[in-house]
Amino acid sequence: MTQLTPVLTRNWADDRAWTREAYEARGGYQALRKALDIAPDDLIDQVKDAGLRGRGGAGFPTGMKWSFIPQDNPKPKYLVVNADESEPGTCKDIPLMMASPHTLVEGVIISSLAIRAEQAFIYVRGEVLHVVRRLRAAVREAYEAGYLGDNVLGSGRRVDLVIHAGAGAYICGEETALLDSLEGRRGQPRLRPPFPAVEGLYACPTVINNVESIASVPSIIDEGVAWFTAMGTEKSKGYTIYSLSGHVRRPGQYEAPLGITLRELLDLGGGMREGSQLKFWTPGGSSTPILTAEHLDVPLDYEGVAAAGSMLGTKALQVFDQTTSVVRAVLRWTEFYKHESCGKCTPCREGTWWMTQILTRLDAGEGREGDIELLLDLCDNILGRSFCALGDGATSPITSAIQYFRSEFEAGLTTPSWELFPPDRSTLFGQEVMA
Amino acid sequence: MTVEAQPGVYWPPVELVTLTIDGVEVSVPKGTLVIRAAELIGVEIPRFCDHPLLEPVGACRQCLVDVPDAGNGRGFPKPQASCTLEVAAGMVVETQVTSKVAEKAQVGNLEFLLANHPLDCPVCDKGGECPLQNQAMSHGAAESRFTDHKRHFAKPVPVSEQVLLDRERCVLCQRCTRFSEEIAGDPFIELLERGAKQQIGIAEGEPFHSYFSGNTIQICPVGALTSADYRFRARPFDLVSTPSITEHDSSGAAIRVDHRRGKVMRILAGDDPTVNDEWISDKDRFAFAWSRQDDRLTTPLVRNPETGELEVMSWPGALAVAARGLSAANGVGVLPGGRLTLEDARAYASLARDVLGTNDIDYRARVHSAEEAQFLQHWVLDMAHVGYQGDLERAPVVAIAGLELEDEAATVFLQLRKRARAGGRIVAIASHLTRGLAKLGAELIATVPGQEAAAIAGLELNPDDVLLVGERLAGVPGAFTAALAQGARIGWIPRRAGDRTAAEGGCLPNHGGADGRDTNAILNAAAAGQLGALIVGGVEVNDLPDPATARYALDKAFVVSLEVRASEVTAHADVVFPVAPSVEKAGTYVGWDGNARSFPRVLDTSALPDARVLRGIAEELGNPPRAALAGGAPTTGPVRSNDEANHDFGAPQVEPAPMPVLKSGQVVLSTWKQLIDDGRCQDGQPEYRATARPAILKANATTLAAAGVEAGGIAVIGTSAGSASFPAVVDETMVDGVVWAPTNNGQNLGALGMCHGSTVSLTPGGPV
Repeated sequence: MTQLTPVLTRNWADDRAWTREAYEARGGYQALRKALDIAPDDLIDQVKDAGLRGRGGAGFPTGMKWSFIPQDNPKPKYLVVNADESEPGTCKDIPLMMASPHTLVEGVIISSLAIRAEQAFIYVRGEVLHVVRRLRAAVREAYEAGYLGDNVLGSGRRVDLVIHAGAGAYICGEETALLDSLEGRRGQPRLRPPFPAVEGLYACPTVINNVESIASVPSIIDEGVAWFTAMGTEKSKGYTIYSLSGHVRRPGQYEAPLGITLRELLDLGGGMREGSQLKFWTPGGSSTPILTAEHLDVPLDYEGVAAAGSMLGTKALQVFDQTTSVVRAVLRWTEFYKHESCGKCTPCREGTWWMTQILTRLDAGEGREGDIELLLDLCDNILGRSFCALGDGATSPITSAIQYFRSEFEAGLTTPSWELFPPDRSTLFGQEVMA
Repeated sequence: MTVEAQPGVYWPPVELVTLTIDGVEVSVPKGTLVIRAAELIGVEIPRFCDHPLLEPVGACRQCLVDVPDAGNGRGFPKPQASCTLEVAAGMVVETQVTSKVAEKAQVGNLEFLLANHPLDCPVCDKGGECPLQNQAMSHGAAESRFTDHKRHFAKPVPVSEQVLLDRERCVLCQRCTRFSEEIAGDPFIELLERGAKQQIGIAEGEPFHSYFSGNTIQICPVGALTSADYRFRARPFDLVSTPSITEHDSSGAAIRVDHRRGKVMRILAGDDPTVNDEWISDKDRFAFAWSRQDDRLTTPLVRNPETGELEVMSWPGALAVAARGLSAANGVGVLPGGRLTLEDARAYASLARDVLGTNDIDYRARVHSAEEAQFLQHWVLDMAHVGYQGDLERAPVVAIAGLELEDEAATVFLQLRKRARAGGRIVAIASHLTRGLAKLGAELIATVPGQEAAAIAGLELNPDDVLLVGERLAGVPGAFTAALAQGARIGWIPRRAGDRTAAEGGCLPNHGGADGRDTNAILNAAAAGQLGALIVGGVEVNDLPDPATARYALDKAFVVSLEVRASEVTAHADVVFPVAPSVEKAGTYVGWDGNARSFPRVLDTSALPDARVLRGIAEELGNPPRAALAGGAPTTGPVRSNDEANHDFGAPQVEPAPMPVLKSGQVVLSTWKQLIDDGRCQDGQPEYRATARPAILKANATTLAAAGVEAGGIAVIGTSAGSASFPAVVDETMVDGVVWAPTNNGQNLGALGMCHGSTVSLTPGGPV
């Protein structure tokens, strides 16, 4: 039985955990003091050796990303933290920044020293105002303590950090759209090449990392590479936060080594709710193809989930039981993508608009002959044809749901989902029964 | 002085890359995009957002191709947008011709594009010349599977008075927004909203008032952008198209004139990569109705001595009256004006010199000087100094003096902007940093109007650099002298198409070393009774340096007027001959670059070109017609014969004028004609006219305060001839003691005797 390994989450329950005082009482900012004595290239090597992979979904090795920054480029280098957490089901970065913003701030400072960036940004989605305030307060405290500023802890190194609140667009979680938005433009993905490592923010070399990736850096510096690599699996090292939600007894953040299974996590979360069996689940948010009860023992690391035909993604484990209509769930997700499609490219813009209408019919039991094949063909015309991964992600729930639950879609030709799966049975809270 | 073309300097050897497209090996220059490499083997990949003159964007996803080998032995797992993919050695590309994957991706994408498209082709302006329509037929499925609800928008939405937007038809390719930002520098339209609700729009209260807005209509691959002027007026397949040259400036920009049943319906940009790429100004595009206004002259008119009224007369009769009047006069002055074709210019010159025996001919109906005439003969008209439009694309430094390119030669402005974006340095001698100069990234050498000579002298240009000078410098003593002393390549860019054309055609008083009277002298002599007759072409009295004297001279002399429409000159004339506007005759314009560009006749009417009328007068005067008076035949080859150019003029040597001493309450005026203004060649297009920049007066805060004028209040500028008032706007790049106001936008400053460099009074006019 895999044990929980609280690192990022260990201080969340502390009294006023978000303050510098509380963070330092736990040994906070010791990693920064260590990092100041380490050559930048060695910092990059440590993160490389630790095998830390991007926690935002794609799993790209963080240290390798840092080493792509051309250090002979005379332009300024920038570190940008992607804190635009908006994927349905994903809820790890916002609690982290809410409970312990200094973990992220310390990670930003160390990472900036490594890539030799003197200016860093945290791009937070604007809707989470309380988190923005906590981050700004933490940055202020870090300046007061000399962790940030012209002369970080007297080292002569400069690191400045700006908290930027986005305006609420899912697309701005796409790193190049995030950069455009940060520059004050309309947030739409950029053409690559040039890649951000060469021409990113203001056409300068830029590293963009997820909140959790950067927040993991202090622990690697503090505890060492060996400590980190002792956790996890062969190619997916370390610990990570799994966000358990849905029809489970104790939803929440479960920090565990990579490779833990959903069966273990459900045990840790007290199992499914009373009288319920697992029907389907997402391993990493709505953009990752859904899995079913047959995948309960799939190791939740990058390779394991990929082998099962999905993606680890953001490790947002949304768990649905037998009361849930797959058609309805997929319709809700597709409506999300239709709403959040940025509009730049044709397949995503028009495809999500079109598929929402087909799914609405199927949900209402008014599906037509050929609708399922049409949905699959439209997904085929979007997947790999859209400008960025948003369009690809929009097809994942549809194709995977039809793969596992085709009969429910077929039922949509004759019977409304609310007759087959009355919403009041699947809802978690009695008062939210749909009219 | 000639500059030898050095092989390898301007055109470095091209590195070729060999790849395979649909099984055909093709070698193309490194950096070529796959979509264009495919064109070379005859494969047209469908596209919407792609445009060869705009930066790649990869938005529409129509041009997807399969790339089984990127040149490194590995293929792309997903189809690639061929409009953003650069070729690589050994790359293997499979387009819709050979790849089912590419074909399905393209068919699927077209189905997506048409899902929300209204399919109103039968009533759409673009129907018949629509890339969406064409590519849906050639690359799309026969039937759509979309049976649900289309998105709806209110339509059309005016993004300006001239440009209307149908958001339902829009495929969001962003060609219009990219053109406006990248080429015109006017990012006044932008994408708004997101997803299927994404749309093109403007900021509230900030219409799409770009001088180049019409180009977006032309490059729109669907019927989303239409012009208020042409909307629902014609179908493309009913139009007859004629390639032509713009008549509105000296750029020589290629245009295409589309007409139907004797009426010009629209003008489009032609394709001339060395002159205008595929862009023209809104003036070139929309200002074509002027020659069909109610005051169009259709028959000869002769003034009845008894009633004093102009009356209709037969051609033979009118020619006889004209010849009689000219013969009886003690001398004839010829003022051909600036709208001439080369053929007409030669006819005026021949009539003056060969038939009437006078050198008193000057086409310049604007500020002019002997220094300018000598500069033109010595430098501009010397074949050895013929420049190339390409000079602008290569010059390390381009300096501008006495010229506001965006207003006076808008197509050249775009060329120069291209140079500026490629890293060229632009330096401008001007009264302030105009919007146009700012868009060029120009360094401003702030100069009081009239003091440009000293500023030019301080430029320190190299022989490879280019100095562009405008016609306004004729009013600045020493300016052309200083320009020649720089030793750089000089481009003289007059405002009108017929300006350099007339100079080439021999319509300068010093042509071939002659010593004729210039425009001012001709009018003064006529006013003094020394010249009893005038032959006047396209001249607006208020354009002349001294309109009052001109009016007096026109009243006093026997005037033969050749005009398209009734004007102030025809009102004073004794004989009026109707002549053809450029769409009703063939001809040649000589551009600022010295290149002669001929154009055919568009409309087959009975209107005669000036040359044919002048031949009639010559015959009536009893002279056998000369070759130049034969008229009509388009010109090819060198525009001037060598014997005409043999005279050695030498460079002008004129001292600069001292700085005027300003009395309290006086300022120096900076002014020019804006691209869109009250010029009569823009009449009859109210939507176009409404997109003009507002008429305002600009000055810095110090200048306004010294005169007691409040920013936002009314400023009045005046001379003894009268005054004009404008809302005052602070522009801190203005030189102290200088104000700028448009010459002919709502109020005609020329009528008040005000021009570039005039000393005028500045007084407050109270609140707006």
